Amino acid sequence: MGAFTGTARLARLALRRDRVQLPVWLVALTVTVAASASSVTSLYDTEQERRSYALTNAGSAVSRVFNGGLAEPSAGAIAMAETFSFAGVLIALMSLMAVVRHTRQNEETGRAELVGAAVVGRYAMLTAALLVTVAANAVLALLLAGALVAAGLPVAGSLGAGLAFGAVGTAFAGIAAVTAQVSQSARGANGLAGAVLGLMFLLRGIGDGLAEPTDGGLRVVSLWPSWLSPLGWGQQMQPYTGGRWWVLGLYAAFFAAMVWTAYRLTDHRDVGTGMMPVRRGPATAPRGLLSPFGLAWRLQRGVLLGWGAGVAVMAVSMGVLGDEAEELLGGNEDLEQYFAELGGGGANLVSAYFATITALFGIVITGYTVQALLRIRAEETGPLEAVLATAVSRPRWMLSHITCAVLGTVALLLLTGLGHGLSYGLVAGDMSQTPDLLGAALAQLPATLALAGVVVAVLGLLPRWAVALSWTALIGCLFTSQLGPVLELPQAVMNISPFTHVPYLPVADPAATPMVVLTAVGAALIAMGIGAFRNRDLAL
Amino acid sequence: MTDAITVSDLTKTFGDVRALDRLNLTVRAGEVHGFLGPNGAGKSTALRVLLGLLRRDSGEVRVLGGDPWRDAVALHRRLAYVPGDVNLWPNLSGGEAIDLFGSLRGGLDKARREELIKRFKLDPTRKCRTYSKGNRQKVALVAAFASDVELYILDEPTSGLDPLMEAVFRDCVEEARRAGRTVLLSSHILAEVEALGDRISIIREGRIAESGTLAELRHLTRTSMSVETARPITGLDALSGVHDLHVDGTRARFQVDAEQMGAVQRHLAELDVRTLTSTPPTLEELFMRHYGDRPEPPGDRDAEATAARAGRA
Repeated sequence: MGAFTGTARLARLALRRDRVQLPVWLVALTVTVAASASSVTSLYDTEQERRSYALTNAGSAVSRVFNGGLAEPSAGAIAMAETFSFAGVLIALMSLMAVVRHTRQNEETGRAELVGAAVVGRYAMLTAALLVTVAANAVLALLLAGALVAAGLPVAGSLGAGLAFGAVGTAFAGIAAVTAQVSQSARGANGLAGAVLGLMFLLRGIGDGLAEPTDGGLRVVSLWPSWLSPLGWGQQMQPYTGGRWWVLGLYAAFFAAMVWTAYRLTDHRDVGTGMMPVRRGPATAPRGLLSPFGLAWRLQRGVLLGWGAGVAVMAVSMGVLGDEAEELLGGNEDLEQYFAELGGGGANLVSAYFATITALFGIVITGYTVQALLRIRAEETGPLEAVLATAVSRPRWMLSHITCAVLGTVALLLLTGLGHGLSYGLVAGDMSQTPDLLGAALAQLPATLALAGVVVAVLGLLPRWAVALSWTALIGCLFTSQLGPVLELPQAVMNISPFTHVPYLPVADPAATPMVVLTAVGAALIAMGIGAFRNRDLAL
Repeated sequence: MTDAITVSDLTKTFGDVRALDRLNLTVRAGEVHGFLGPNGAGKSTALRVLLGLLRRDSGEVRVLGGDPWRDAVALHRRLAYVPGDVNLWPNLSGGEAIDLFGSLRGGLDKARREELIKRFKLDPTRKCRTYSKGNRQKVALVAAFASDVELYILDEPTSGLDPLMEAVFRDCVEEARRAGRTVLLSSHILAEVEALGDRISIIREGRIAESGTLAELRHLTRTSMSVETARPITGLDALSGVHDLHVDGTRARFQVDAEQMGAVQRHLAELDVRTLTSTPPTLEELFMRHYGDRPEPPGDRDAEATAARAGRA
């Protein structure tokens, strides 16, 4: 029996398990990149608009940290800047989670033991996971290349860009192959690979942020840290600017090195064990844990802290960018019209900018709310049985989690408002905006509560569908609010999303009625969900 | 004596599946009651109804004098539950989980907690994600037995424990019995229930098939006999109540119904008995009879029973 015996069977098993998940990732990524690329080709359709984008990119360190440096003032290069950075991160996440799902998660759940006792070689599980993930990235590369061509970009460059996207995913599949050997839990392996992703983003951000503008500010040359990061290589490949195709070799070498390391680590460890010491915990519980709310907080705080860090960084960055809003948006009629369509017409551009950004933050932060509330479902299929067999009532238990999720949401919205207000105030020397921006952020809360109500109601009434329905509702809201005005959706459709009813602060006047109605709807739905949960069987 | 649990005509369906079908069960206060049945017989479903985790479709259920659905919180202060599949939070330590369950139930005895952790040889500083099934069960058992409650509901509590730990568990149940507590112990392990149970209810396909003390249930089955006589054995096959007869000259193995024992002995006496062994029925045999299969010849069955015990250990 060889070390790879059974790989093909395990790969088929992995494909079967991922038959919904991976296609959803691929389609969602393709749609996102296609939408973004076609908006670039329509927004920057004149030489002058492209030059003004290039000058902004050269002049704004913050925009380079997020988007990377611009290789040249062409539509293809702008599309790379607008898509590669964020889609690259998503592709990396898809890939690293896929590898961990089919390696360490199998070991953690004990499935690997069962499989390993069959006619299966030592490397088969890891190889199958890598095969499936690399295949997914190959398909993705073609899909994205097609999407970029469809947006009207040059064919050769689009093919290069697609390959660069797939190469980023492959690189992170390699990284996850290693972290899956190192950490003993799937969560730990994902966390470790995610930390590497963060570090790689940081390196690329530093290299691009400190990049030197050349050619009168029309192109930039990134510093060496960008070359330390697989996230940077794709942009350095400059597919639309002649193309340094040899960069693909760099990806191949990196992937080979990671896979080699992972195989060596597999040789030196037992099934189920890791390389990192397992941390211990206290022998007795701290007082703060000993209540349903204490438990909910303990279970949710990690997620909240992660979101808090992310939201703080984004909010401060967006606040700093606010000072450049005039520059960024002024002079581009298409963009001005875009903001006008979103509802900020006529007001000053800085306020319009913050109103748009705050509304987006509101929906994104609702992602936290949904994630935190769905913990209720995860508990129900896990330890809840034992908890409800103690003297804790169902409403009390559920309310603990809801309270935690809502307080977390308020904290994130406060962070958003403060981040926007303080950083803008520091850069622009005008702190007077802070209270308004804080108010604008908190004004998102009623809409968030309404969606939270939907999630709790589904948890009570249709527990087995809760995860799918909740995320669908959130994505529906994101879709209507971001693309609805552009696609000119009928108002009746727009009105389904609670976020449509949030006053467009700080541009518009605050209106109490929609806030009160949204809050009441949210509270009623939450009460209904708790009532339904109280009267049904546990859905174990 | 009052009853800790009374269940009458309890029915519970999931879709088309009738998990419990007019189930009747009585657990007297102060007794250890074995709740015996094969996998999928409805044991866990019944226990979850007793805990108010599932809602009954019809029938009457009283636990400690209350309605388990309506009075769940008040009743749960007075009972402790160990689920069949103990799920814990991966990022909490075992000690934290024990304290949490104890405190949510209304407090636990600190000294008793320490003692039990020692007896079960549990490392409370390890994170729950690193625990094996047996260790997760220990966490739930320590949390349960360190609580001062009237009723323990234990769902296959020893399925992950090694024999040493099983012995510790039996001691804990013994101590609970001596302290006058009630224990409802579900199991598909016959030896466990045989060793601990004052009374036993056997559940099959959602209904109670038999219920009573061990002695009461023994009469339901046959005694295995193995005999050697001076004269060749004849005529046994003509007696009613004799089953699975194997005759080999002056030796015979067979089973006999309890009520025919006298007639068989009188018949054998005339053949001049040299050796005679008779084995009382084990719960394995009770089970065999309840769940369909014909009992195998005694020799094989003994070997199998031994193997089954060894396998469990």
